Amino acid sequence: MSAAKPAYTRPLDLRHGHVDLGHGAGGRAMSQLIADLFVRAFDNAALARGDDGAVLPAPGPGERLVMATDGHVVSPLFFPGGDIGSLAVHGTVNDLAVMGARPLWLSAGFILEEGFALAELARIVASMAAAARAAGVQVVTGDTKVVEQGKGDGVFITTTGVGALPAGREPGGARARPGDAVLVSGTLGDHGMAILAQRESLAFESQIVSDSAALNGLVEALYAAVPAEAIHVLRDPTRGGLASTVNEIASQSGVGFELDEAAIPVAPQVRAACELLGLDPLNIANEGKLVVVCAADAAEAALAALRAHRLGAAAARIGTVVADERCFVQLRTPLGGRRMVDWLAAEQLPRIC
Amino acid sequence: MKYVTEFRDGALAAGLAGAIAREVEPGRDYAFMEFCGGHTHAISRYGVADLLPANVRLIHGPGCPVCVLPVGRVDMAIRLALARPEVILCTYADCLRVPASDGLSLLKAKARGADVRMVYSAADALALARREPAREVVFFAIGFETTTPPTALVIRQAAAEDLRNFSVICNHVLTPPAIDGLLSAPAAAGLARPRLDGILGPAHVSVIIGSAPYAFVAERHRTPVVITGFEPLDVMQAVHMLVRQVNEGRAEVENEYTRAVTAEGNRKAQALMADVLALRARFAWRGLGELPASALRIRPAFAAWDAEAKFGLEDRPVPDHRSCECAAILCGAKGPTDCKLFGTVCTPETPMGACMVSSEGACAAHYNYGRFRDLSPVR
Ligand code: SF4
Repeated sequence: MSAAKPAYTRPLDLRHGHVDLGHGAGGRAMSQLIADLFVRAFDNAALARGDDGAVLPAPGPGERLVMATDGHVVSPLFFPGGDIGSLAVHGTVNDLAVMGARPLWLSAGFILEEGFALAELARIVASMAAAARAAGVQVVTGDTKVVEQGKGDGVFITTTGVGALPAGREPGGARARPGDAVLVSGTLGDHGMAILAQRESLAFESQIVSDSAALNGLVEALYAAVPAEAIHVLRDPTRGGLASTVNEIASQSGVGFELDEAAIPVAPQVRAACELLGLDPLNIANEGKLVVVCAADAAEAALAALRAHRLGAAAARIGTVVADERCFVQLRTPLGGRRMVDWLAAEQLPRIC
Repeated sequence: MKYVTEFRDGALAAGLAGAIAREVEPGRDYAFMEFCGGHTHAISRYGVADLLPANVRLIHGPGCPVCVLPVGRVDMAIRLALARPEVILCTYADCLRVPASDGLSLLKAKARGADVRMVYSAADALALARREPAREVVFFAIGFETTTPPTALVIRQAAAEDLRNFSVICNHVLTPPAIDGLLSAPAAAGLARPRLDGILGPAHVSVIIGSAPYAFVAERHRTPVVITGFEPLDVMQAVHMLVRQVNEGRAEVENEYTRAVTAEGNRKAQALMADVLALRARFAWRGLGELPASALRIRPAFAAWDAEAKFGLEDRPVPDHRSCECAAILCGAKGPTDCKLFGTVCTPETPMGACMVSSEGACAAHYNYGRFRDLSPVR
C-alpha cells in the first residue's frame, strides 16, 4: 500500500460501489480493496505484512501438518444460518478437523464477478472473519481475481487450510472395523434443505436453518473424552449426505454397515420438506455435522462428549459396522423392514456449497 | 416425539403383518400389482416385502410417469432444444436423465449447448417465462392425473395473461386406460403377462379422479382393486383388504385411502383439465404399447401455448434399446434382475432404460434399496 499521499486516495465506496475489472488488475484499485476490506477484516500480523505469502511458525514437537482445500460456489450467496463467507471457513476447517487436526491457518482465494456490489462483498468478508475468529483460525494469505460480468456468479471462494495433527491421532476412512459403533452429532439434512428451500422459495411454517458450523471444538471435546486410538473414523457428511459418507467409509474399510433409521435424527421441518420434494434426508448435505466410527466400548463416552457440546446436543448412536465384503450399507426401517442405503446417484441438485 | 410415532408405526406394522399372515391360505399364491411408482418406492424404501408372507407377492406396475414416457417424445424435446437457441426447455428432474436416441438425454443435450433447466413445478416454468420475455420457455409436462391439473392451470394462466413466450409439450397420460391395457389380452409386444389377483390403486391420482373410474376393473376384469395411500402402513392395510377379497371370492373397488379419496374425486380439477386438455385418439406407451384414449393433448383453443403446434414438432416413434427389458417389467411380466443389463451396464449413474432413472422405477428401486437381497451376505 503506497503510503505516499493517503489524502489523495478516494476511499473505497463500500456502501454503493461495485466490483470492476480494476479490482483484480494488480493496480491501485486492487491494492485498496485488499487493504481496506480484507486486511482490515481478517486483521492479523501475517496478512498485514502485505507480502506474497505468509510466514508461519513450525508445528510443535511430534506434530504433523495437515492441509486441505475446498472451493465454494453456493447459490444463493446468503441463506438462513450463514453465507458463502462463513461456509468457506467452515468447509475447510471441518476438512482439517475430521483429520484429527487442530486447524490453524487459512488462505482465501476470491473470484469476483464484475458488477458485484461491494456492500455484499463486505458483508461476506465480515462473516468470514467472524467465522474464522470463532473457529480460532487466521486467514493469513489470499488472492483476488475479477472475471467479466456473466462469467461468474457474484463470488466464488476457495479456502486452503493448514492444521497441526497431534501425535497419536490417526482417524481414517479405512479404519472402520466390524463391531464399531456409528454416531452422528445431530440432525441431518439441514444445510442442503435450507439452500433448497431458499432457492425454490418454499414456504414452510418454520424456516429451515443451515447447520453450517466449525467442528474443531467438537472434535477436541471428543478427543478429550475418548482415547485417541478408539476413534477410527471421523467425517463431515457434506455433499451426498450421510448416505455417501457411510458408503465411502464402507468401501475404504471393506466393511458393511447396519443403520437403524428410527435412531437417525432429522428435524421435523427437514423431514417435511424432503417428503414434499421426494428427497431422502440421508442424501442431503450437512455443513456442521460429525460422523464418528469408534470402538464399541468407547461409544458411550463418545456419545456423552458429543451431547455435552453445544453442537452435539442431538447426537445419536445410529448403527454398527458389520463384516460384509460387498460393502453394502443396510438400514432397518421404522416399519421393521430392511433396505439398502446407496450413494446418491448423479442427481441434478443445485449448487449447495 | 417423532421416534415415538415411528415406534408405534413399527408396532402397527407388526400387528398388520400378523393379521395378513393369519389370513392368507397356505396353498394359495397371491400376486398383487401396485400400479403406482409412488407405491413401488414406498414398498422398497420401507422394506414392506419383508413383512409379508412368502406367498404374497407384490409386482411393480407401470405407474411411473418417466418410465412409460416413449423415447420419441423425449427425442422431440431434445431436437427442439438443440435446434432453437431461443428455447429454454424446462422439466422435472427425473426427465432430464431419461435415455433418448443417439445416446442423448436432455441432460446431455444441455452439455451440448441446449438450454435445459430443471423445475419443481409447472408454476416455476410459467414464472421463468415471465422473467425471460426474450426467450421461448417450453415446459415438457409429464405425469398421470396428479400433475395434469397444474399443467392445465399454467396454460390457462398463460392464455389469460397472453404470455406468448410460454408453451407446453403435453405428455400427460391417464391411469384407467393403462390398467385396462394391462388386464386386457397381451398387446402387440406379445408378452405373457402375469396373473394378477388384485391391484393396489393409486393414491394421488385417485384424489383427482375419484374411485368411480376403477369400477370396470372389478366388473369387466373381475379383479379386486384397493385404492391406497403412499404410507407403508397404507400399503399393508390395502394388502390385507386384497387378501380378504381374494379369499372371499369378491372383486370390488375398495378405498383404503378414505382420508383423501372420494368416489367422484376433485370436480374442480377435473373441470380444469377438461377445459384445457382433450383426449388423444391413441398414445404409444413404453411397455404397454399403443392404447386408445389414454393420453391428453392441448385443445385447439389453446394452440398458441401448445409447443407441438407452435413449433411444428413431429413425434417419431422409436423402438426401445434391444436388451432393455423395461417393457416387460412395466407390465409385470419380468422383474429387474431378469434383465441382463441390470447392475452391470445399467445403473442409476448410467441408465439404459427409463425404469432405472426415476426413483419410482422398478429397476432403480431395486437397485437403490433391494439389491443386497440378490447376493447372500457374508457375516
Ligand atoms: S435394468 Fe436398465 S435396461 Fe434393464 S430393464 Fe431395467 S432400466 Fe431397462
